[in-house]
Amino acid sequence: MSAFVGSVINGIALGMAYALIAVGYSLVFGILRLINFAHGSIYAFGAYMVFLFVTLKLGFLPAIIVSVILSGLLAFLMDKVTLEPLRKKGSDTIAYLITTVGVSFVITNVLSLEAVFGSQRRLFPSTNLFGSIRIGNLTIQSSQIIMFVAALILMLIMTYVVNKTKMGLSMRAVEQNGRAARLVGVNVNRVISFTFFLGGASAAIAGALINGYYQSISPTMGTTIGLKAFAAAVVGGIGVLHGSVVGGLVVGVGECIAAQYLGSNVRDPMAFVILIIILIIKPNGLFGKKGITKV
Amino acid sequence: MLKITDLNVFYGPIHALKGVSLEVNNGEIVTLIGSNGAGKSTTLNAITGIVKVASGKVELDGQDITNAASHKIVQHGISLSPEGREVFPGLTVEENLRMGAYTRQNKQEIAQNFERVYDLFPRLKERVSQPAGTLSGGEQQMLAIGRSLMSSPKYLLLDEPSMGLAPNLVQMIFSLIEEINKQGMTILLIEQNANMALSVASRAYVLETGRVSLSGDAAQLAQDERVKKAYLGA
Repeated sequence: MSAFVGSVINGIALGMAYALIAVGYSLVFGILRLINFAHGSIYAFGAYMVFLFVTLKLGFLPAIIVSVILSGLLAFLMDKVTLEPLRKKGSDTIAYLITTVGVSFVITNVLSLEAVFGSQRRLFPSTNLFGSIRIGNLTIQSSQIIMFVAALILMLIMTYVVNKTKMGLSMRAVEQNGRAARLVGVNVNRVISFTFFLGGASAAIAGALINGYYQSISPTMGTTIGLKAFAAAVVGGIGVLHGSVVGGLVVGVGECIAAQYLGSNVRDPMAFVILIIILIIKPNGLFGKKGITKV
Repeated sequence: MLKITDLNVFYGPIHALKGVSLEVNNGEIVTLIGSNGAGKSTTLNAITGIVKVASGKVELDGQDITNAASHKIVQHGISLSPEGREVFPGLTVEENLRMGAYTRQNKQEIAQNFERVYDLFPRLKERVSQPAGTLSGGEQQMLAIGRSLMSSPKYLLLDEPSMGLAPNLVQMIFSLIEEINKQGMTILLIEQNANMALSVASRAYVLETGRVSLSGDAAQLAQDERVKKAYLGA
Protein backbone atom coordinates (compact mmCIF):
# COMPACT_ATOMS: atom_id res chain seq x y z
CA MET A 1 0.00 0.00 0.00
CA SER A 2 2.72 2.46 0.96
CA ALA A 3 4.52 1.60 -2.28
CA PHE A 4 1.39 2.59 -4.17
CA VAL A 5 0.93 5.82 -2.21
CA GLY A 6 4.62 6.55 -2.67
CA SER A 7 4.43 6.23 -6.43
CA VAL A 8 1.29 8.38 -6.54
CA ILE A 9 3.04 11.11 -4.54
CA ASN A 10 6.10 10.81 -6.74
CA GLY A 11 3.87 10.99 -9.79
CA ILE A 12 2.05 14.09 -8.58
CA ALA A 13 5.34 15.92 -7.97
CA LEU A 14 6.78 14.90 -11.35
CA GLY A 15 3.46 15.52 -13.09
CA MET A 16 3.31 19.10 -11.85
CA ALA A 17 6.76 19.70 -13.31
CA TYR A 18 5.69 18.04 -16.59
CA ALA A 19 2.81 20.53 -16.62
CA LEU A 20 5.36 23.36 -16.58
CA ILE A 21 6.86 21.96 -19.78
CA ALA A 22 3.50 21.02 -21.28
CA VAL A 23 2.24 24.57 -20.89
CA GLY A 24 5.00 25.73 -23.25
CA TYR A 25 3.73 23.39 -25.98
CA SER A 26 0.19 24.42 -25.24
CA LEU A 27 0.68 28.20 -25.37
CA VAL A 28 2.68 28.09 -28.59
CA PHE A 29 0.19 25.70 -30.13
CA GLY A 30 -2.68 27.96 -29.10
CA ILE A 31 -1.24 30.94 -30.88
CA LEU A 32 0.55 29.45 -33.88
CA ARG A 33 -1.14 26.05 -34.25
CA LEU A 34 2.42 24.78 -34.22
CA ILE A 35 4.06 21.99 -32.25
CA ASN A 36 7.40 23.34 -31.14
CA PHE A 37 9.61 20.26 -31.29
CA ALA A 38 12.56 22.31 -30.02
CA HIS A 39 10.85 22.77 -26.66
CA GLY A 40 12.44 19.66 -25.10
CA SER A 41 15.91 20.82 -26.10
CA ILE A 42 15.25 24.18 -24.47
CA TYR A 43 14.34 22.31 -21.29
CA ALA A 44 17.75 20.56 -21.51
CA PHE A 45 19.45 23.88 -22.23
CA GLY A 46 17.81 25.35 -19.14
CA ALA A 47 19.06 22.50 -16.94
CA TYR A 48 22.58 22.88 -18.35
CA MET A 49 22.58 26.60 -17.68
CA VAL A 50 21.67 25.96 -14.04
CA PHE A 51 24.47 23.36 -13.94
CA LEU A 52 26.92 25.83 -15.50
CA PHE A 53 26.20 28.72 -13.17
CA VAL A 54 26.15 26.53 -10.07
CA THR A 55 29.55 25.19 -11.18
CA LEU A 56 30.69 28.81 -11.54
CA LYS A 57 29.70 29.24 -7.85
CA LEU A 58 26.81 31.58 -8.51
CA GLY A 59 24.58 29.85 -5.97
CA PHE A 60 21.56 27.70 -6.79
CA LEU A 61 18.75 30.27 -6.83
CA PRO A 62 20.67 32.95 -8.80
CA ALA A 63 21.72 30.20 -11.22
CA ILE A 64 18.07 29.30 -11.80
CA ILE A 65 17.14 32.95 -12.37
CA VAL A 66 19.94 33.42 -14.93
CA SER A 67 18.98 30.15 -16.60
CA VAL A 68 15.32 31.13 -16.79
CA ILE A 69 16.21 34.39 -18.53
CA LEU A 70 18.68 32.74 -20.93
CA SER A 71 16.26 29.91 -21.80
CA GLY A 72 13.45 32.38 -22.37
CA LEU A 73 15.76 34.37 -24.62
CA LEU A 74 16.81 31.25 -26.51
CA ALA A 75 13.18 30.35 -27.21
CA PHE A 76 12.49 33.96 -28.20
CA LEU A 77 15.51 34.04 -30.52
CA MET A 78 14.61 30.73 -32.09
CA ASP A 79 11.25 32.21 -33.08
CA LYS A 80 12.74 35.51 -34.28
CA VAL A 81 15.54 33.93 -36.32
CA THR A 82 13.92 30.80 -37.72
CA LEU A 83 10.13 31.08 -37.51
CA GLU A 84 9.28 34.75 -37.99
CA PRO A 85 10.86 34.82 -41.49
CA LEU A 86 8.64 31.84 -42.39
CA ARG A 87 5.57 33.70 -41.15
CA LYS A 88 6.48 36.70 -43.27
CA LYS A 89 6.63 34.46 -46.33
CA GLY A 90 3.42 32.69 -45.40
CA SER A 91 5.11 29.28 -45.43
CA ASP A 92 3.36 25.96 -45.00
CA THR A 93 2.91 24.44 -41.54
CA ILE A 94 5.26 21.63 -42.51
CA ALA A 95 8.10 24.16 -42.92
CA TYR A 96 7.65 25.39 -39.34
CA LEU A 97 7.46 21.87 -38.00
CA ILE A 98 10.68 20.65 -39.58
CA THR A 99 12.40 23.89 -38.60
CA THR A 100 11.65 23.29 -34.92
CA VAL A 101 12.94 19.71 -35.28
CA GLY A 102 16.11 21.14 -36.82
CA VAL A 103 16.57 23.71 -34.05
CA SER A 104 16.14 20.91 -31.51
CA PHE A 105 19.00 18.96 -33.12
CA VAL A 106 21.23 22.01 -33.22
CA ILE A 107 20.69 22.83 -29.53
CA THR A 108 21.14 19.23 -28.39
CA ASN A 109 24.29 18.76 -30.43
CA VAL A 110 25.84 22.05 -29.36
CA LEU A 111 25.28 21.00 -25.73
CA SER A 112 26.99 17.65 -26.37
CA LEU A 113 30.09 19.12 -28.03
CA GLU A 114 33.25 18.19 -26.13
CA ALA A 115 34.15 21.87 -25.96
CA VAL A 116 30.77 22.71 -24.44
CA PHE A 117 29.42 20.16 -21.92
CA GLY A 118 30.24 16.84 -23.58
CA SER A 119 27.84 13.99 -24.24
CA GLN A 120 28.35 12.10 -20.96
CA ARG A 121 25.95 12.29 -18.02
CA ARG A 122 26.74 14.93 -15.43
CA LEU A 123 25.93 15.23 -11.77
CA PHE A 124 23.27 17.89 -11.21
CA PRO A 125 23.04 19.76 -7.88
CA SER A 126 20.38 18.25 -5.63
CA THR A 127 17.27 20.17 -4.64
CA ASN A 128 16.89 17.86 -1.64
CA LEU A 129 17.47 20.92 0.51
CA PHE A 130 15.96 19.87 3.82
CA GLY A 131 16.24 16.11 3.88
CA SER A 132 13.11 14.00 3.80
CA ILE A 133 9.88 13.50 5.70
CA ARG A 134 8.85 10.08 6.99
CA ILE A 135 5.20 9.19 7.50
CA GLY A 136 4.95 5.59 8.67
CA ASN A 137 7.14 3.72 6.22
CA LEU A 138 6.57 6.32 3.51
CA THR A 139 9.44 8.67 2.66
CA ILE A 140 8.88 11.97 0.87
CA GLN A 141 11.99 13.81 -0.20
CA SER A 142 12.15 17.55 0.09
CA SER A 143 13.15 17.74 -3.60
CA GLN A 144 9.73 16.26 -4.40
CA ILE A 145 7.96 18.77 -2.19
CA ILE A 146 9.92 21.64 -3.69
CA MET A 147 9.19 20.37 -7.20
CA PHE A 148 5.48 20.20 -6.51
CA VAL A 149 5.13 23.50 -4.65
CA ALA A 150 7.33 25.52 -7.02
CA ALA A 151 5.63 24.11 -10.12
CA LEU A 152 2.18 24.70 -8.62
CA ILE A 153 2.99 28.32 -7.77
CA LEU A 154 4.37 28.91 -11.26
CA MET A 155 1.29 27.38 -12.88
CA LEU A 156 -0.89 29.68 -10.79
CA ILE A 157 1.18 32.68 -11.87
CA MET A 158 0.95 31.55 -15.48
CA THR A 159 -2.83 31.19 -15.20
CA TYR A 160 -3.01 34.68 -13.75
CA VAL A 161 -0.90 36.12 -16.57
CA VAL A 162 -3.02 34.48 -19.26
CA ASN A 163 -6.40 35.25 -17.72
CA LYS A 164 -5.97 38.57 -15.94
CA THR A 165 -3.29 40.68 -17.62
CA LYS A 166 -3.44 42.75 -20.77
CA MET A 167 -0.69 40.62 -22.34
CA GLY A 168 -2.66 37.49 -21.51
CA LEU A 169 -5.81 38.97 -22.99
CA SER A 170 -3.99 39.79 -26.21
CA MET A 171 -2.51 36.27 -26.25
CA ARG A 172 -6.02 34.85 -26.12
CA ALA A 173 -7.22 37.32 -28.74
CA VAL A 174 -4.39 36.42 -31.13
CA GLU A 175 -5.15 32.76 -30.52
CA GLN A 176 -8.76 33.25 -31.58
CA ASN A 177 -8.39 35.68 -34.44
CA GLY A 178 -4.98 37.02 -35.37
CA ARG A 179 -6.33 39.30 -38.08
CA ALA A 180 -8.83 40.97 -35.78
CA ALA A 181 -6.16 41.32 -33.09
CA ARG A 182 -3.93 43.14 -35.57
CA LEU A 183 -6.81 45.44 -36.50
CA VAL A 184 -7.29 46.59 -32.91
CA GLY A 185 -3.59 47.39 -32.73
CA VAL A 186 -1.93 44.26 -31.36
CA ASN A 187 1.60 43.70 -32.58
CA VAL A 188 1.13 39.98 -33.15
CA ASN A 189 4.84 39.24 -33.49
CA ARG A 190 5.45 40.75 -30.07
CA VAL A 191 2.77 38.56 -28.53
CA ILE A 192 4.32 35.51 -30.19
CA SER A 193 7.76 36.50 -28.88
CA PHE A 194 6.39 36.84 -25.37
CA THR A 195 4.74 33.42 -25.64
CA PHE A 196 7.99 31.76 -26.68
CA PHE A 197 9.85 33.52 -23.87
CA LEU A 198 7.29 32.37 -21.31
CA GLY A 199 7.45 28.78 -22.60
CA GLY A 200 11.27 28.72 -22.57
CA ALA A 201 11.45 30.23 -19.11
CA SER A 202 9.02 27.75 -17.59
CA ALA A 203 10.82 24.84 -19.27
CA ALA A 204 14.06 26.00 -17.62
CA ILE A 205 12.41 26.00 -14.20
CA ALA A 206 11.09 22.51 -14.87
CA GLY A 207 14.66 21.59 -15.83
CA ALA A 208 15.98 22.75 -12.48
CA LEU A 209 13.18 21.05 -10.51
CA ILE A 210 13.13 17.67 -12.25
CA ASN A 211 16.90 17.29 -12.46
CA GLY A 212 17.39 18.57 -8.94
CA TYR A 213 15.34 15.51 -8.01
CA TYR A 214 17.11 12.99 -10.31
CA GLN A 215 20.49 14.73 -9.84
CA SER A 216 21.71 13.80 -13.27
CA ILE A 217 21.62 15.46 -16.67
CA SER A 218 22.55 14.59 -20.25
CA PRO A 219 22.27 16.67 -23.43
CA THR A 220 19.74 14.34 -25.04
CA MET A 221 17.40 14.13 -22.04
CA GLY A 222 15.12 16.80 -23.53
CA THR A 223 13.89 14.47 -26.26
CA THR A 224 12.17 11.93 -24.01
CA ILE A 225 10.90 14.39 -21.45
CA GLY A 226 9.80 16.81 -24.18
CA LEU A 227 7.75 14.09 -25.86
CA LYS A 228 6.25 13.05 -22.54
CA ALA A 229 5.27 16.63 -21.74
CA PHE A 230 3.86 16.98 -25.24
CA ALA A 231 1.81 13.84 -24.59
CA ALA A 232 0.65 15.45 -21.34
CA ALA A 233 -0.42 18.60 -23.20
CA VAL A 234 -2.41 16.54 -25.69
CA VAL A 235 -3.92 14.33 -22.95
CA GLY A 236 -5.23 17.45 -21.20
CA GLY A 237 -6.30 19.11 -24.44
CA ILE A 238 -3.66 21.17 -26.19
CA GLY A 239 -4.22 24.90 -26.10
CA VAL A 240 -5.97 24.68 -22.72
CA LEU A 241 -3.94 25.82 -19.74
CA HIS A 242 -5.53 23.74 -16.97
CA GLY A 243 -5.50 20.83 -19.41
CA SER A 244 -1.71 20.89 -19.20
CA VAL A 245 -1.86 20.54 -15.41
CA VAL A 246 -4.28 17.64 -15.46
CA GLY A 247 -2.46 16.03 -18.39
CA GLY A 248 0.86 16.41 -16.58
CA LEU A 249 -0.54 14.82 -13.43
CA VAL A 250 -2.15 11.93 -15.32
CA VAL A 251 1.07 11.18 -17.17
CA GLY A 252 3.23 11.64 -14.06
CA VAL A 253 1.14 9.41 -11.81
CA GLY A 254 0.62 6.86 -14.59
CA GLU A 255 4.31 6.46 -15.29
CA CYS A 256 5.28 6.20 -11.61
CA ILE A 257 2.69 3.50 -10.94
CA ALA A 258 3.80 1.66 -14.08
CA ALA A 259 7.44 1.89 -13.03
CA GLN A 260 6.56 0.61 -9.54
CA TYR A 261 4.61 -2.45 -10.66
CA LEU A 262 5.77 -3.21 -14.20
CA GLY A 263 9.40 -2.20 -14.01
CA SER A 264 11.26 0.96 -14.89
CA ASN A 265 11.42 0.08 -18.59
CA VAL A 266 7.71 0.72 -18.77
CA ARG A 267 8.06 4.24 -17.34
CA ASP A 268 8.66 6.22 -20.56
CA PRO A 269 6.27 4.36 -22.90
CA MET A 270 3.50 4.70 -20.29
CA ALA A 271 2.90 8.35 -21.17
CA PHE A 272 2.04 7.27 -24.70
CA VAL A 273 -0.08 4.32 -23.68
CA ILE A 274 -2.13 6.79 -21.61
CA LEU A 275 -2.19 9.22 -24.52
CA ILE A 276 -3.50 6.62 -26.96
CA ILE A 277 -6.19 5.38 -24.57
CA ILE A 278 -7.41 8.90 -23.78
CA LEU A 279 -7.44 9.99 -27.41
CA ILE A 280 -9.56 6.98 -28.34
CA ILE A 281 -12.08 7.94 -25.67
CA LYS A 282 -11.80 11.74 -26.05
CA PRO A 283 -10.24 12.71 -29.39
CA ASN A 284 -9.62 16.32 -28.29
CA GLY A 285 -8.06 15.38 -24.96
CA LEU A 286 -9.68 15.70 -21.54
CA PHE A 287 -10.45 19.44 -21.74
CA GLY A 288 -9.83 19.99 -25.44
CA LYS A 289 -11.87 22.39 -27.49
CA LYS A 290 -13.49 21.14 -30.63
CA GLY A 291 -12.61 22.75 -33.90
CA ILE A 292 -8.85 23.06 -33.48
CA THR A 293 -7.74 21.32 -36.61
CA LYS A 294 -4.48 22.53 -38.11
CA VAL A 295 -1.34 20.88 -36.74
CA MET B 1 -9.58 64.03 -44.35
CA LEU B 2 -8.94 60.49 -45.53
CA LYS B 3 -7.68 60.67 -49.09
CA ILE B 4 -6.88 57.82 -51.43
CA THR B 5 -5.14 58.57 -54.69
CA ASP B 6 -4.74 56.26 -57.66
CA LEU B 7 -4.58 53.06 -55.61
CA ASN B 8 -3.44 49.86 -57.32
CA VAL B 9 -3.57 46.47 -55.64
CA PHE B 10 -2.72 43.05 -57.05
CA TYR B 11 -3.57 39.57 -55.80
CA GLY B 12 -0.88 37.66 -57.65
CA PRO B 13 -1.70 38.19 -61.33
CA ILE B 14 -5.15 39.64 -60.57
CA HIS B 15 -5.37 43.41 -60.77
CA ALA B 16 -7.91 44.00 -58.00
CA LEU B 17 -7.83 47.80 -57.71
CA LYS B 18 -7.11 49.79 -60.86
CA GLY B 19 -6.37 53.32 -59.80
CA VAL B 20 -9.06 53.95 -57.19
CA SER B 21 -9.26 57.48 -55.80
CA LEU B 22 -11.64 58.69 -53.14
CA GLU B 23 -11.98 61.19 -50.34
CA VAL B 24 -13.76 61.16 -47.02
CA ASN B 25 -14.15 64.58 -45.44
CA ASN B 26 -14.49 65.12 -41.71
CA GLY B 27 -18.01 64.56 -40.42
CA GLU B 28 -19.25 62.77 -43.55
CA ILE B 29 -20.70 59.36 -44.15
CA VAL B 30 -19.28 58.23 -47.46
CA THR B 31 -20.34 54.95 -48.93
CA LEU B 32 -18.64 52.66 -51.35
CA ILE B 33 -21.07 50.44 -53.18
CA GLY B 34 -20.66 47.82 -55.85
CA SER B 35 -21.27 44.17 -56.52
CA ASN B 36 -19.35 41.24 -55.16
CA GLY B 37 -15.72 41.28 -56.25
CA ALA B 38 -15.78 44.91 -57.34
CA GLY B 39 -12.96 45.72 -54.90
CA LYS B 40 -14.83 47.24 -51.96
CA SER B 41 -13.23 45.16 -49.23
CA THR B 42 -9.89 45.32 -51.01
CA THR B 43 -10.05 49.10 -50.75
CA LEU B 44 -10.59 48.89 -47.00
CA ASN B 45 -7.91 46.24 -46.64
CA ALA B 46 -5.50 48.46 -48.54
CA ILE B 47 -6.24 51.40 -46.24
CA THR B 48 -5.72 49.26 -43.14
CA GLY B 49 -2.54 47.59 -44.36
CA ILE B 50 -3.99 44.10 -44.61
CA VAL B 51 -3.15 43.93 -48.31
CA LYS B 52 -0.12 45.54 -49.87
CA VAL B 53 -0.55 48.61 -52.05
CA ALA B 54 1.43 48.33 -55.30
CA SER B 55 1.14 52.00 -56.18
CA GLY B 56 -0.87 55.02 -55.14
CA LYS B 57 -1.25 56.85 -51.86
CA VAL B 58 -3.29 56.67 -48.68
CA GLU B 59 -3.21 59.95 -46.78
CA LEU B 60 -4.74 60.82 -43.46
CA ASP B 61 -4.98 64.52 -42.61
CA GLY B 62 -2.04 65.09 -44.95
CA GLN B 63 0.09 62.30 -43.48
CA ASP B 64 1.15 59.50 -45.82
CA ILE B 65 0.12 56.16 -44.27
CA THR B 66 0.41 54.00 -47.40
CA ASN B 67 1.35 50.43 -46.49
CA ALA B 68 1.58 51.13 -42.76
CA ALA B 69 1.51 47.93 -40.68
CA SER B 70 -2.10 47.10 -39.86
CA HIS B 71 -1.49 47.09 -36.10
CA LYS B 72 -0.33 50.72 -36.40
CA ILE B 73 -3.30 51.99 -38.40
CA VAL B 74 -5.49 52.18 -35.32
CA GLN B 75 -2.97 54.50 -33.68
CA HIS B 76 -3.49 56.89 -36.60
CA GLY B 77 -7.15 57.11 -35.63
CA ILE B 78 -8.65 54.68 -38.15
CA SER B 79 -10.73 51.81 -36.88
CA LEU B 80 -12.14 49.00 -39.01
CA SER B 81 -15.16 46.92 -38.23
CA PRO B 82 -14.36 44.03 -40.56
CA GLU B 83 -16.57 42.06 -42.90
CA GLY B 84 -18.00 39.01 -41.18
CA ARG B 85 -17.66 40.78 -37.81
CA GLU B 86 -14.57 38.83 -36.67
CA VAL B 87 -15.25 39.10 -32.97
CA PHE B 88 -13.08 37.03 -30.61
CA PRO B 89 -15.51 34.15 -30.06
CA GLY B 90 -14.03 32.79 -26.83
CA LEU B 91 -13.61 36.17 -25.15
CA THR B 92 -16.48 37.76 -23.29
CA VAL B 93 -18.27 40.82 -24.62
CA GLU B 94 -16.36 42.96 -22.14
CA GLU B 95 -13.01 41.41 -23.09
CA ASN B 96 -13.77 41.98 -26.77
CA LEU B 97 -14.42 45.65 -26.06
CA ARG B 98 -11.32 45.85 -23.89
CA MET B 99 -9.33 44.52 -26.84
CA GLY B 100 -10.82 47.31 -28.93
CA ALA B 101 -9.20 49.77 -26.52
CA TYR B 102 -5.87 47.94 -26.79
CA THR B 103 -3.92 51.01 -27.89
CA ARG B 104 -5.50 53.30 -25.29
CA GLN B 105 -3.65 53.91 -22.03
CA ASN B 106 -5.91 56.44 -20.32
CA LYS B 107 -8.20 54.55 -17.92
CA GLN B 108 -10.76 57.36 -17.79
CA GLU B 109 -10.97 57.49 -21.57
CA ILE B 110 -11.47 53.71 -21.74
CA ALA B 111 -14.23 53.91 -19.14
CA GLN B 112 -15.94 56.66 -21.15
CA ASN B 113 -15.72 54.59 -24.31
CA PHE B 114 -17.26 51.62 -22.52
CA GLU B 115 -20.10 53.84 -21.41
CA ARG B 116 -20.61 55.25 -24.88
CA VAL B 117 -20.71 51.78 -26.45
CA TYR B 118 -23.14 50.50 -23.83
CA ASP B 119 -25.32 53.58 -24.42
CA LEU B 120 -25.41 52.88 -28.14
CA PHE B 121 -25.91 49.14 -27.70
CA PRO B 122 -27.75 48.39 -24.45
CA ARG B 123 -27.99 44.76 -25.58
CA LEU B 124 -24.23 44.42 -25.16
CA LYS B 125 -24.43 45.67 -21.61
CA GLU B 126 -26.85 42.87 -20.76
CA ARG B 127 -24.35 40.39 -22.09
CA VAL B 128 -21.02 41.69 -20.72
CA SER B 129 -19.76 38.39 -19.39
CA GLN B 130 -21.10 36.18 -22.17
CA PRO B 131 -18.60 34.73 -24.70
CA ALA B 132 -18.95 36.60 -27.99
CA GLY B 133 -19.32 33.33 -29.90
CA THR B 134 -22.67 32.72 -28.21
CA LEU B 135 -24.21 36.03 -29.35
CA SER B 136 -26.68 36.27 -32.21
CA GLY B 137 -25.53 37.64 -35.56
CA GLY B 138 -27.01 41.06 -34.88
CA GLU B 139 -25.42 41.24 -31.44
CA GLN B 140 -22.06 40.21 -32.89
CA GLN B 141 -22.37 43.03 -35.41
CA MET B 142 -23.07 45.47 -32.59
CA LEU B 143 -20.05 44.11 -30.76
CA ALA B 144 -17.84 44.49 -33.84
CA ILE B 145 -18.90 48.11 -34.26
CA GLY B 146 -18.64 48.70 -30.51
CA ARG B 147 -15.15 47.22 -30.45
CA SER B 148 -14.05 49.51 -33.26
CA LEU B 149 -15.33 52.53 -31.32
CA MET B 150 -13.29 51.64 -28.24
CA SER B 151 -10.06 53.04 -29.69
CA SER B 152 -11.56 56.58 -29.88
CA PRO B 153 -11.11 56.67 -33.67
CA LYS B 154 -11.52 59.72 -35.88
CA TYR B 155 -12.43 57.54 -38.86
CA LEU B 156 -14.66 54.52 -38.69
CA LEU B 157 -14.54 52.04 -41.56
CA LEU B 158 -17.50 49.69 -41.70
CA ASP B 159 -17.29 46.66 -43.96
CA GLU B 160 -20.71 45.18 -44.82
CA PRO B 161 -22.39 45.80 -41.46
CA SER B 162 -25.71 44.52 -42.80
CA MET B 163 -24.38 41.20 -44.01
CA GLY B 164 -26.47 38.23 -42.98
CA LEU B 165 -28.86 40.23 -40.79
CA ALA B 166 -32.67 40.19 -40.77
CA PRO B 167 -34.26 43.32 -42.33
CA ASN B 168 -35.38 44.82 -39.00
CA LEU B 169 -31.85 44.45 -37.63
CA VAL B 170 -30.40 46.03 -40.77
CA GLN B 171 -32.72 48.96 -40.18
CA MET B 172 -31.53 49.21 -36.59
CA ILE B 173 -27.81 48.97 -37.42
CA PHE B 174 -28.17 51.73 -40.01
CA SER B 175 -29.95 54.09 -37.65
CA LEU B 176 -27.15 53.47 -35.15
CA ILE B 177 -24.59 54.28 -37.85
CA GLU B 178 -26.38 57.59 -38.39
CA GLU B 179 -26.39 58.14 -34.63
CA ILE B 180 -22.64 57.51 -34.37
CA ASN B 181 -22.09 59.94 -37.24
CA LYS B 182 -24.19 62.59 -35.52
CA GLN B 183 -21.88 62.28 -32.51
CA GLY B 184 -19.12 63.54 -34.82
CA MET B 185 -17.64 60.38 -36.32
CA THR B 186 -16.43 60.33 -39.92
CA ILE B 187 -17.54 57.09 -41.55
CA LEU B 188 -16.58 55.17 -44.66
CA LEU B 189 -19.26 52.57 -45.24
CA ILE B 190 -18.91 49.61 -47.55
CA GLU B 191 -22.17 47.98 -48.49
CA GLN B 192 -23.84 45.60 -50.85
CA ASN B 193 -27.16 46.89 -49.61
CA ALA B 194 -26.93 50.01 -51.80
CA ASN B 195 -30.42 51.19 -50.94
CA MET B 196 -29.70 51.53 -47.25
CA ALA B 197 -26.18 52.80 -47.78
CA LEU B 198 -27.28 55.60 -50.11
CA SER B 199 -30.02 56.61 -47.71
CA VAL B 200 -27.62 57.33 -44.83
CA ALA B 201 -24.58 58.59 -46.77
CA SER B 202 -23.91 62.11 -47.94
CA ARG B 203 -21.69 61.05 -50.81
CA ALA B 204 -21.09 57.78 -52.62
CA TYR B 205 -18.65 56.02 -54.91
CA VAL B 206 -19.64 53.15 -57.15
CA LEU B 207 -16.94 50.54 -57.72
CA GLU B 208 -16.97 48.30 -60.77
CA THR B 209 -14.27 45.68 -61.37
CA GLY B 210 -11.65 47.64 -59.47
CA ARG B 211 -12.50 51.09 -60.82
CA VAL B 212 -14.64 53.96 -59.59
CA SER B 213 -17.34 54.13 -62.27
CA LEU B 214 -19.54 56.80 -60.68
CA SER B 215 -19.34 59.15 -57.75
CA GLY B 216 -21.20 62.06 -56.27
CA ASP B 217 -24.03 63.09 -53.99
CA ALA B 218 -25.68 60.00 -52.49
CA ALA B 219 -29.25 61.21 -52.98
CA GLN B 220 -28.54 62.02 -56.62
CA LEU B 221 -26.84 58.69 -57.25
CA ALA B 222 -29.87 56.93 -55.80
CA GLN B 223 -31.88 58.52 -58.65
CA ASP B 224 -29.31 57.68 -61.32
CA GLU B 225 -30.72 55.23 -63.87
CA ARG B 226 -27.50 53.21 -64.09
CA VAL B 227 -27.26 52.84 -60.32
CA LYS B 228 -30.95 51.99 -60.04
CA LYS B 229 -30.63 49.32 -62.67
CA ALA B 230 -27.42 47.73 -61.41
CA TYR B 231 -27.69 48.02 -57.63
CA LEU B 232 -31.12 49.07 -56.49
CA GLY B 233 -33.05 46.38 -58.29
CA ALA B 234 -35.28 48.88 -60.08
